[in-house]
Amino acid sequence: MVEPVLLWRRLVGAQIRSQLQYRTSLALDFVGAGLISFVDFLAVLVIFHNVPRLNTWSVHEVAFLYALSAIAFALTDMVMGHLDLFPQLVRTGNFDIVLVRPRGTLLQIFGSDFAVRRFAKAVQGGAVLVYAVSGLEVHWTIPRVLFLLLSIPTGMVIFGSIWVVGSCLAFWTTDGGEFTNAFTYGGNFMAQYPIDVYSAWLRRFLAYIVPLAFVCYFPALFILGKPDPLGLPRVVEVLSPVVAVIAATVSGLAWRFAVRHYRSAGG
Amino acid sequence: MRLDWEIAKRGWRRYAAYPWATAAGVFTNTVFGFLQAYILLAIYRHRTNVGGFDAGDAVTYVWLAQSMIMTVYIFNWQELALRVRDGSIATDLARPLDPQRYWLAFDLGRAPYHLIFRGILPFVLGAVVFELHYPSPLDAVAFLVSLALAVVVSFGIRFLYNSAAFWLLDFRGVMTLTITIVLFFSGMAIPLRFFPHWLRELAYALPFASIIQTPVDVWLGKRTGLELLGIVALQAFWALALLACGHVVLRRGTRKLVIQGG
Repeated sequence: MVEPVLLWRRLVGAQIRSQLQYRTSLALDFVGAGLISFVDFLAVLVIFHNVPRLNTWSVHEVAFLYALSAIAFALTDMVMGHLDLFPQLVRTGNFDIVLVRPRGTLLQIFGSDFAVRRFAKAVQGGAVLVYAVSGLEVHWTIPRVLFLLLSIPTGMVIFGSIWVVGSCLAFWTTDGGEFTNAFTYGGNFMAQYPIDVYSAWLRRFLAYIVPLAFVCYFPALFILGKPDPLGLPRVVEVLSPVVAVIAATVSGLAWRFAVRHYRSAGG
Repeated sequence: MRLDWEIAKRGWRRYAAYPWATAAGVFTNTVFGFLQAYILLAIYRHRTNVGGFDAGDAVTYVWLAQSMIMTVYIFNWQELALRVRDGSIATDLARPLDPQRYWLAFDLGRAPYHLIFRGILPFVLGAVVFELHYPSPLDAVAFLVSLALAVVVSFGIRFLYNSAAFWLLDFRGVMTLTITIVLFFSGMAIPLRFFPHWLRELAYALPFASIIQTPVDVWLGKRTGLELLGIVALQAFWALALLACGHVVLRRGTRKLVIQGG
C-alpha cells in the first residue's frame, strides 16, 4: 500500500525539481493559471450582478460550491495529472512501455504529468472559499468542519474516478483525446453550480450516474445547513464518502477491463 | 489566388484527418451547451430581459457560441510559434510566400471544416431540446459575413500571440493570458450583455467582442439597418488592424530571429 505512494512521490519529485529550474517561467505560469480560473469565477459574479439569487442560491452559496469544486479539481489535476497526455500515449503505441513495467499502469500515468502551476487554481479556490464563508452565517459544528475537510479528498476521488472512466475511451478511439475535456472541465463546470438549475434528466444523471452532485452540492447542503431544494432525504447529504468508494471501485474495474482488452497500435 | 485556394484546401485536410477529434469536440461542446443553457435559464426565472436578451435569445446565444467555438478557434493555436521554436521558420522565410498570408489562407480553409463538422451538430441538438431563435434571411446572410470576419479577427489575435515566440523562449504565458482575455471579453464565458454597463461598453470597444458576441447579435437580429452595417464594419476594421499589426510584428520578429533548434 505504501510502496505505490513512495514511487509516486519519486516520480512527482523529479518533475517538481525540473519545473523549479525555470523559476520565472513557473511564476508566470502560476499567475496565468490563477487568472484563467479566476475568469470562471468572474462569470459567477457577472451572473449575480443580474439576479439576487440563482434559484434558491445566493452568490456566497454558489461561491462556496465553486470553491469546493475548484479546490477538488485543482488537487486532482495535480495528484493524477490531467490525463490528457494519455490518449497520445495510446495513439503512438507507447502505452506498451507502460504495460511492460513492473508497476501498476494507473500509478505510472498518475505520476507522469505533475504540474506545479495547477496548484494556483486551488489557491484561487481557497480565496473564493474565504469570500463565500465570510458572506454566510454558517453554524459551525465539529461534524460540519470535519465534513468540509473530508469533502476535499472525497471530491478528488469522485473527480478522479470520472476522469479515469473518461480516459478509458482513449483505448477505443484513435484521437478521442478531447473526450476527456468534457469529463474534466465539464465536470468541474457542472459541479460548481447548484444542480437544481438543471432540468430533471440532467440532475438525475449528475446525482446517480456521473455523481458530480456529491462533490459539492450535497456536502454543501450539509455544511451550510441549507434545506435541499430538491427535497431529498437528509441522509443523502452525507453519502459522498460512500459514493466516492463506489466510484473508485467502478473506475478501477473499468480501467482493468480496458487494459485487459487493449490491443496495441504497435510501436 | 490559386495559391491561397491550395493552401486553404490543406487547412481543411489538416483537421479533416482526425475525425475522432472532431467527434470528441462535438461531444464536449454539446455537454457545455446544455450546462450553460440551464444556468442562463435559471437567471431568467427572476427576470425577463437582461441587456436586451430574453430567455430564448440567451439560450440561442449559448448554442451558437458552442457551435462557433472551434470555427473561430478560441483555444490554443500554436502552429506558427512551434515553427519558430524548432527553427523551421527559417525555411518558411526563405520561401517567396509571406507567412502571414500562408497561415491566413490555411485558417480560412480550416474554418469551414469546423463550421460544418463541429458547428452544425451541437446546434441541431440544442435546437431539438430548446426553443431557439432563428434569423431572418437578411440576418442569416449578415451572420455568415460576420462569422467570416470573426474568424479573421481571431486569426489576427492568434497570429500576434504566436509572434511572441520570436522574442520569448516560453511564449505559452502570453498565449494563456491572451486566451483568458479572449474567453472573457468575447462573450464566450458569459454574454457581454450580462456585464455591468460600464464593463459592457468597454468590452464592445475591444476587438474580442467581434469574435463571438457580434456575430451572435447579428443572428439574433439585435442590430438593424445602419447599426448592422456599423457593427460589421467595426469587425472589418479590427480584422484589418490586427492583420496589419501582425505584419509589422512579423517583420520585426524575423529581423530579431532567435532560432532555438535545428
